[in-house]
Amino acid sequence: MTGKTLYDKLWDSHLVKQRDDGTALIYIDRQLIHEVTSPQAFEGLRMAGRRPWRAEANFATPDHNIPTTREERRLGLEGIRDPISRIQVTTLDDNCKEFGIFELDMNDERQGIVHVVGPEQGATLPGMTIVCGDSHTSTHGALGALAHGIGTSEVEHVMATQCLLQTKMRNMLIRVDGRLNPGVTAKDIVLAIIGEIGTAGGTGYTIEFGGEAIRSLSVEGRMTVCNMAIEAGARAGLIAVDETTLAYIKGRPFAPKGDMWEKAAAAWRGLVSDADAHFDRVVVIDAADIIPQVTWGTSPEMVAPITGEIPDPEKELDPSRRDNMRQALKYMGLQPGTRITDIKLDCIFIGSCTNSRIEDLRAAAAVVKGRKVAANIEMALVVPGSGLVKKQAEAEGLDKIFIDAGLEWREPGCSMCLAMNADQLGAGKHCASTSNRNFEGRQGFGGRTHLVSPAMAAAAAIHGHFVDVRDILFTTDRLV
Amino acid sequence: MRKFTVQSGLVMPLDRANVDTDFIIPKQFLKSIKRSGFGVNLFDEHRYMDKGEPGRDNSGRPLNPDFVMNKPRYKGASVLLARENFGCGSSREHAPWALDDYGFRVIIAPSYADIFFNNCFKNGILPIVIDRKIVDEIFGEVEANTGYSLLVDLEKQVIVKPDGNSIPFAVDSFRKYCLLHGLDDIGLTLQDAGDIKAFESRWKTAAPWYFGVQA
Repeated sequence: MTGKTLYDKLWDSHLVKQRDDGTALIYIDRQLIHEVTSPQAFEGLRMAGRRPWRAEANFATPDHNIPTTREERRLGLEGIRDPISRIQVTTLDDNCKEFGIFELDMNDERQGIVHVVGPEQGATLPGMTIVCGDSHTSTHGALGALAHGIGTSEVEHVMATQCLLQTKMRNMLIRVDGRLNPGVTAKDIVLAIIGEIGTAGGTGYTIEFGGEAIRSLSVEGRMTVCNMAIEAGARAGLIAVDETTLAYIKGRPFAPKGDMWEKAAAAWRGLVSDADAHFDRVVVIDAADIIPQVTWGTSPEMVAPITGEIPDPEKELDPSRRDNMRQALKYMGLQPGTRITDIKLDCIFIGSCTNSRIEDLRAAAAVVKGRKVAANIEMALVVPGSGLVKKQAEAEGLDKIFIDAGLEWREPGCSMCLAMNADQLGAGKHCASTSNRNFEGRQGFGGRTHLVSPAMAAAAAIHGHFVDVRDILFTTDRLV
Repeated sequence: MRKFTVQSGLVMPLDRANVDTDFIIPKQFLKSIKRSGFGVNLFDEHRYMDKGEPGRDNSGRPLNPDFVMNKPRYKGASVLLARENFGCGSSREHAPWALDDYGFRVIIAPSYADIFFNNCFKNGILPIVIDRKIVDEIFGEVEANTGYSLLVDLEKQVIVKPDGNSIPFAVDSFRKYCLLHGLDDIGLTLQDAGDIKAFESRWKTAAPWYFGVQA
């Protein structure tokens, strides 16, 4: 009998019932909730006269709609100018009260982007099954949990039954061997992976990320990698538990304490794939080959190293891909053959559930320290992922570093990642962004997004165009 | 949920791969707390010349004459013909809600993004997976013949073309059952409440650290 993968173990330990046709009922330990994908789910519960199966398993915080300027946040709900956005946020407050669900509301210091707050609070733990009405739920896989995005109907289903109907995915291992070169980060790893396997490369799979380069990432770095598993088509991305994971979790508010901690940690240490586990597909990447990445097109797979240039669609043999590339370059206003370092920028966004944690902010601050944002940059925002990240950054003086350099220091929220609030990228403007998606219009109608790591976004802020962050002298602070 | 048995309708070809859910329904419309009314903003950014906002009257907005949906020959379409990786990106269920509200009941494509595929079934829309070469042929036929429609029989698992030829398709048997009978997932699952309670009791003993925790 062959061994089990981590995915197999998480699946098997949560299997309530296997149906004859291959679908299964999987028990869900934690449902994260935000204001955009929950209203209709709560409404459905209410209309059917149902209560949550287990209210304590749910954990809510608003993040998509809320403003990030201090002036507006000081006003609380009144500061949300768009009445429709405001209704969404108050609806979440009302629903959580009515159904007895724990919420960090917009005035709570601990509020933030749900995928930053979950791990930060210890609400998402190893060995859990975790869902949320948001595709970047895959982030929590970094803790050795089975975590993925679901639609609103499934949100309602989990609330009502504590279970999800699922078909088991196949197992994929992406092994990143060796060590990263200085200046190369977790974000570059995952962009390079997506460049290699494509945005549908992981469809139908749960991806486990392994190998020395993954192991040597901090938990925050691991979250960056798992966050973008969905951009490779995989609903869930996982990283096995080790002492780094346990050290991250210990002592967090919702994490077990004392004797319970010892028992839990012992159980969690088993959350690794067995040595003889079978993966349906294995992809091996040499970390030393990874160079800081920049997306140039309208899909995360349209990515190039900073040392490269924009490819020529006419050289692409597949007609569908060729059309996609032509369309992307037209939208982005870019020419084939242009060096990545020649792409001029108008805007910088450092934030999102991909890269807005304390290590990301430290990495960006180390690059901008003592320098000034270039004259051609019209807008440069730094949006910390949560109130606690913001507080810690301020204790370390990072906010001052950003402000002195000419960047804006904002309040926590999803902000310009998807521009549901007022933080929007103007039409035709190019933005160096630490977020996760560069689809047409993602950051604003007609906006042109380039996905990069925090250090690369910071370097671009200073120079006004993309530069190889490895060429910039940085302090002894090791970049994530 | 509405039943799906046999659907016959005009086909609209969306000749673009990797159509993401923001293309289907842009993010500003996610501010709605309702499940309905999204049809008028389906494909909003490509359908209209200006930027749409939720709660606005759409009747006076300038239409994009080059977008397939605005061509008179495709008015009233209920079958959407698409390319690879349809519905990628965000998990927003608003995407199938918008498609459904507009009037699409069937999607035919070579492949779909996972979350979107699931979301369709939850909303009475049948997403059919058909071989890329056949999809390509149908694109050609649709473009060459105004008024081209297809009949989809879920029970028999076939698509019937205007010339009478049938294209068989595969579909998950449980999902088929739910669509045919208009069955709500939650009611069905609660029939297994005993199994869920039994699991929960065992799990609570095995992993008590996940239960009864407050910050």
